[in-house]
Amino acid sequence: MKRSIIITGGTLGAAAGLFMLVNTLPGCRPSTNVQSAVTGDAANKAYVKPGAYDEFYNFVSGGFSGQLSVYGIPSGRMLRNIPVFSVNPESGWGFSEETKPMLMTTHGFIPWDDSHHPELSQTDGVPDGKWCFINGNNTPRIALVDLGTFRTKSIIEIPNSAGNHSSPFTTGNSEYVVAGTRFSIPMGTDEQRDVSIDSYRENFKGTVSFIHPDPATGKLDIAFQVITPGVNFDLSHAGKGPSEGWFFFSCYNSEQAYSLLEVNASQKDKDFVMALNWKKAEEYAKAGKGRMVPGKHYMNWYDDAKHTGISEVRNEVLQLDPRELKDLIYFMPCPKSPHGCDVDPTGQYIVGSGKLAALIPVFQFSKIQEAIAKNDVEGDFMGIPVLKYASVIKGEVKKPGLGPLHTEFDANGFAYTSFFVSSEIVKWSLETLEPVDRVPTYYSIGHLCVPGGDSKKPWGKYVIAYNKITKDRYLPTGPELAQSAQLFSIDGPKMELLLDFPTIGEPHYAQALPAELVKPREVKFFKIEENQHPYAAKGEKEAKVVREGNKVHVYMTTIRSHFTPDNIEGIKLGDEVYFHVTNFEQDWDVPHGFAIKGAATAELLVMPGETQTMKWIPDQIGVTPMYCTDFCSALHQEMQGYIRVSPANSKVELKGVTKSYDAGS
Amino acid sequence: MEPANSPSKAAMISEADITLGEVDKALVEKGKSTYDVKCQACHSIGENRVVGPGWKGMLTRRKPEWVMNMILNTEAMLSTDAEAQKQLEQCLVRMPNQNLSKDDARNVVEFMRTL
Ligand code: HEC
Ligand SMILES: [Cu+2]
Repeated sequence: MKRSIIITGGTLGAAAGLFMLVNTLPGCRPSTNVQSAVTGDAANKAYVKPGAYDEFYNFVSGGFSGQLSVYGIPSGRMLRNIPVFSVNPESGWGFSEETKPMLMTTHGFIPWDDSHHPELSQTDGVPDGKWCFINGNNTPRIALVDLGTFRTKSIIEIPNSAGNHSSPFTTGNSEYVVAGTRFSIPMGTDEQRDVSIDSYRENFKGTVSFIHPDPATGKLDIAFQVITPGVNFDLSHAGKGPSEGWFFFSCYNSEQAYSLLEVNASQKDKDFVMALNWKKAEEYAKAGKGRMVPGKHYMNWYDDAKHTGISEVRNEVLQLDPRELKDLIYFMPCPKSPHGCDVDPTGQYIVGSGKLAALIPVFQFSKIQEAIAKNDVEGDFMGIPVLKYASVIKGEVKKPGLGPLHTEFDANGFAYTSFFVSSEIVKWSLETLEPVDRVPTYYSIGHLCVPGGDSKKPWGKYVIAYNKITKDRYLPTGPELAQSAQLFSIDGPKMELLLDFPTIGEPHYAQALPAELVKPREVKFFKIEENQHPYAAKGEKEAKVVREGNKVHVYMTTIRSHFTPDNIEGIKLGDEVYFHVTNFEQDWDVPHGFAIKGAATAELLVMPGETQTMKWIPDQIGVTPMYCTDFCSALHQEMQGYIRVSPANSKVELKGVTKSYDAGS
Repeated sequence: MEPANSPSKAAMISEADITLGEVDKALVEKGKSTYDVKCQACHSIGENRVVGPGWKGMLTRRKPEWVMNMILNTEAMLSTDAEAQKQLEQCLVRMPNQNLSKDDARNVVEFMRTL
């Protein structure tokens, strides 16, 4: 079912006008008959029978939920929602004493962020199933999620950054992940930062940071930061194969507007793709060619042996200045506010997507190198050379659709580009630069994902659309509707719609890889012998209650289905009580929960072998109940206890017991 | 893709796998410390039941290989062994697989011999 596409030419007025129309008028969606878009055996292709596993894991950003959700493909079944930047009362993330440090920043504890781009770690340019990185957009941070535990292992704050959008894309062996500023800002001392917004051109700068994940521990550390002219960085990708060692960033707002960007940053015919030689940058950093500049930031890391998050603070960051280090960055003109910046599997081509253009420029790495060697420039932008557009492109995909955003690839020389304005995916040939197929999306697709589709070896098979608008696709749910993804088969010559599935928050970007790369890594429980938490109780013999001034530490154990101790007395108003709950089950899938009536915090959900701590400040005299929240056995409803709270001056003796009438001991 | 059926794939222990000689004091000690961390919450060393049955006289009731299987292949025993199922009917809590090594389990058996 093809729709005709109205192309009104590449002028700004026409493209921008359409952009607004589609966004505001409810009647402006594609008129394709919904039924006819799905063919007979679609259900079969997306059906995974009960008890069987999906073929791929799909890691989908939670957008403004701040989390990372995990789906099975092709079924679209949701498997998990991993808390990253936002607190999650369900698991105690950001509420337990152990997880609070993970959300610390130079602004203090922050309970939320906007997470955009999941990026799988790579070995030899191919996703390896070890980690998934994701960026926090609002308060610039990068997180590393361990795919052995499906938990956030490390979060680093990015200094001298604002709006961390073109992140966290990885080099071929995850030597680095990058974090680029969306907003340029003034940096340096208090005085240097307190400047008039009008002085953008003079005082505002961008940065791209290179973050090194420690291969053994997953600790994130900023290796160096490259300072750039003031623009907005949007997306990025590392080179591979011949372009290994380079990084490409799309930038918009070369107008350097600082107000009404919608209009003022859309003036020029071309913005830029920035090519950065990261191998060179690394060399310069190691040779001491950078300088340490102010850049206070938090580095938070979760120690799986101590079961505790640890925060470190750094005051400075190593910065490289390309105005001095001349061969570090080059600008390449790219039509109209480029968004996606995607490198094909061979590493020869860099696909820019001018989101307000009606064409897709394809840059060629070998030509970029020639242009640099011959100094084939058309001028400079704020002191950085700008290469000649005609010299660095292989060609343009002409009139493919409206509002090209992002491109992923299959292993057969085809590219799949999402078109927000015309709401479709267009498949085109990297060789001929001609469109070969198109399918409508429902509606207004943003990113898209082919398993392995930004790597050296795409697995292909499916393309998944992440849509911004669902409107009439699901049962209505008040003013706010389901966010959604759509699965298409790309096995045949024609893309074929198989499935719609709802998602969490905004499914901004996603990556997918074969389940077999992740499954063997799964941690089933933490070994109780290896638990180094300072307040762990390894077995009920170590359960106890200890007072230190007005602080009371309860070393508590859980096993199906009782707490030890489960009768606690001698707590007084004015005390701060720490329940250190150790679950010493050593079996898969048996967490215990812990909740106290009136506690001004979330529950704990304690994994087998783990210790987690709830801080409780009793505020009422009396006997307070506590119980296990996770259905752990047939006697789960019996898993409960009492805490007696007495007045501040009470003489009640401190004690904690679990009494067995039957065993007598 | 099909999931593996049984969570525990350790091979079942048979009579030939275990020989009981003189009680070995060192093994008894090791078995007791495993008991303290991983079993004591549910089993007394007396006759009375806590969550699971008391351990007194265990090896007069049960063959050592049966006990080893109860520890190492808990799920399989609870779903196939009639004696284990009888216990489950009374206790109603599924005994957890505490993921002991074979040696640890053998040490616990040694400890049980002293009860
Ligand atoms: C969460 C409580 C719990 C823990 C911890 C536990 N068990 Fe059990 N155990 C039981 C229950 C309950 C039964 C009875 C069968 C059932 O209901 O599953 C049982 C049964 C047994 C039996 C068979 C008893 C008989 O008389 O037939 C043995 C042997 C045993 N457990 C050994 C162990 C060992 C060794 C450990 C520590 C490594 C351990 N158990 C830890 C709950 C537990
Ligand atoms: Cu419980």
